[in-house]
Amino acid sequence: MVELATQYHTITAVVEDKPGVLARVAGMFGRRGFNISNLSVGHSETHGLSRMTFVVEGDEWVVEQVTKQLYKLIDVVRVSDISSDSIVVREMALVKVRVTSETRTEIMRVADTFHAKVVDIATDSLIIEISGDEGEIDALVELLNPFTVKETMRTGRVAMTRGGAATGSMKPSLDTTDQSAPDTDVVP
Amino acid sequence: MQLTGAQIVCECLLREDVEVMFGLPGGAIMPLYQTLPEYPALKHILVRHEQNAGHAADGYARAAGKVGVCVATSGPGATNLVTPLANAMMDSVPVVALTGQVPRAAIGRDAFQETDTTGITMPITKHNYLAMHAVDLPRIFKEAFHIARTGRPGPVLIDLPRDVLEEVAEFQYPEKVNLRGYKPTLGGNSRMIKRAAKLIDDAKRPVILAGHGVLIAGAANELRELAEKAQLPVITTLLGISGFSSEHPLSMGMPGMHGQAHNNWAIDKADLLIGVGMRFDDRVTGKLSTFAPDAKVIHIDIDPAEVGKNVRVTVPIVGDARHVLRALVEEVATTARPEWVDELDELKDRHPGMPTSHEEKLLPQQVIRDLHEATTGKAIVVTGVGQHQMFAAQHYGFTEPNSWITSGGLGTMGFEVPAAIGAAVARPDRAIWSIAGDGGFQMTMSELATIVEQRLPIKFAILNNNSLGMVRQLQDLFYGGVRVSTAYSGNPDFVKLAEAYGIWAIRVSDSTKVQEAIAQASAVDGPALIDFEIAPEENVYPHLPAGGTASEMIEGPTGKEAPTWLS
Repeated sequence: MVELATQYHTITAVVEDKPGVLARVAGMFGRRGFNISNLSVGHSETHGLSRMTFVVEGDEWVVEQVTKQLYKLIDVVRVSDISSDSIVVREMALVKVRVTSETRTEIMRVADTFHAKVVDIATDSLIIEISGDEGEIDALVELLNPFTVKETMRTGRVAMTRGGAATGSMKPSLDTTDQSAPDTDVVP
Repeated sequence: MQLTGAQIVCECLLREDVEVMFGLPGGAIMPLYQTLPEYPALKHILVRHEQNAGHAADGYARAAGKVGVCVATSGPGATNLVTPLANAMMDSVPVVALTGQVPRAAIGRDAFQETDTTGITMPITKHNYLAMHAVDLPRIFKEAFHIARTGRPGPVLIDLPRDVLEEVAEFQYPEKVNLRGYKPTLGGNSRMIKRAAKLIDDAKRPVILAGHGVLIAGAANELRELAEKAQLPVITTLLGISGFSSEHPLSMGMPGMHGQAHNNWAIDKADLLIGVGMRFDDRVTGKLSTFAPDAKVIHIDIDPAEVGKNVRVTVPIVGDARHVLRALVEEVATTARPEWVDELDELKDRHPGMPTSHEEKLLPQQVIRDLHEATTGKAIVVTGVGQHQMFAAQHYGFTEPNSWITSGGLGTMGFEVPAAIGAAVARPDRAIWSIAGDGGFQMTMSELATIVEQRLPIKFAILNNNSLGMVRQLQDLFYGGVRVSTAYSGNPDFVKLAEAYGIWAIRVSDSTKVQEAIAQASAVDGPALIDFEIAPEENVYPHLPAGGTASEMIEGPTGKEAPTWLS
């Protein structure tokens, strides 16, 4: 389990699996100036619905606005801020690292320590697949850096609520608003 | 029933109770146009520019209380709809826009008159569709009209590739809409309504801020009942005007940047604000941190994203204004607040709201007041944006709901001409006065041809100061009087211009001739135009500087000087 810094919030959304949905969501974030540090999307357990996981930077007001503006999109079915829930957060990464016959064994041992898999072996490189929280991936990449990491590819975080409840089963709480808003810029 | 895509579109429009649409044809949308003769019940009004088709649909929707429909072809036709769609989005107006698109196989290949219409309009529509199969059209239309007219209304665009319009498919109109992600809340939370009623009962200095939501929800009666029962003075936002009769003793007028001064003072002193169907926009609040410093806030709006967006809310109520106000009327106690009501009456007397600077010339305020008298306050008034709009908002004196049609959120100059077309088509039983500025009028005056063709009896009152008056005013008040690009020295003779279209017209520069001219124009069987040569230096007062506070309000030409931090 990951301890998120208070200014980062994990939000999940269930969305219609239709063309343009990602553009609508990304466009809304950009237009309203919300800062997403992470976005991942994939099919859900229900045909025709996808799940998105966002990590959003901001205070309570920003998170509430993000949640409500997301929910306002017609193709967004459910939204929930699961930051304060007990959640499992994972990310997957592929790391391509340079090897020589001398370093190969050592690198594979490092991967093994992280429960990472070697998924491709070439004479001068390895691809290591790791899944874990962000910190674990950062730590592995850091350990591999002295051997020269040629490429990393990361999926971004996915999150799921622990226990029996479905992730994102809550609608945004519409009647609990009591937030102060920052002064908006002056429009002449 | 096997029909072409174009026939399916027409069948869908009929089932959605569409009687008229505004548009202009072009290549990609032609299959739809060539099908229209088979559907005489669908009236099409040909405009001169697609932007005006969109604004006409907007004006129609506001005047009729129905969904307005506009049609354009692909490429430039569609991009010309951008402004009216953004306008309808900002002002929550139900519009369905149909655009032609290049054939499916050509999409993405930069074909002639191709543009990414759904991409461009994504942030300025409530939702949009690219129809890729004729068989999907019935579901798309059913959803589009449902989305446009329910919840917080807004524009929906349907992009129609030419070969989809030609494709044959089975037509069956769905009975129900099934949208998992769209279920607007109508009735407010009863616990919140009870809390709100308690706040109202306990308040010493409450005011209602009534917005467009009151008119959209048809809640004018409920608003009046609540105001009367709990003795709540009612301030109407720019778009809320006509939702509460200006002749009612509890009517206060407009707040904010150009609202009557007493309203900003009332908000400043209030201990409770009840926002109904409004969004605490920056023109209303000025600087948020000093807005209504002593007030608790009850915010009633159907759009949850508006609640808590700009101001701190004590009691949020998400719901339809009519449902929530009806429930509140039942919950609140009958209360008298003579002290507060008297105090506000006194404030009104102390800040009379019609300061004038050039008594020897024709004053725009007088034109508006004379218009009110001549029409007994019963006309539908349509305006664009700028000084003329504010003069009309301040001085016409509206008594009937939905008789005020203006571009609020987006502030679209030129709205007054095409929106009046929509209003005139929707309400042939009402006098339609388009109050225009000389700047905005010249942006959309090409539609005079449409007005003549359709024999629409729209009366134009141009408040002509040969300039972009509001910008000139800002230059004078806040930019040291440095006038840049605001003088219109080459204006046409608007009387001759109207006459070139066969429209009756007259010029008025003498304040004693205003009433007579209005009477003459009203008597004309058809459109008419009055070119009022008004005092060019007249400013709109009060003027609360953008982002300012009530204490920084400039009440009149002899009042407070512009604050130094802005000049």
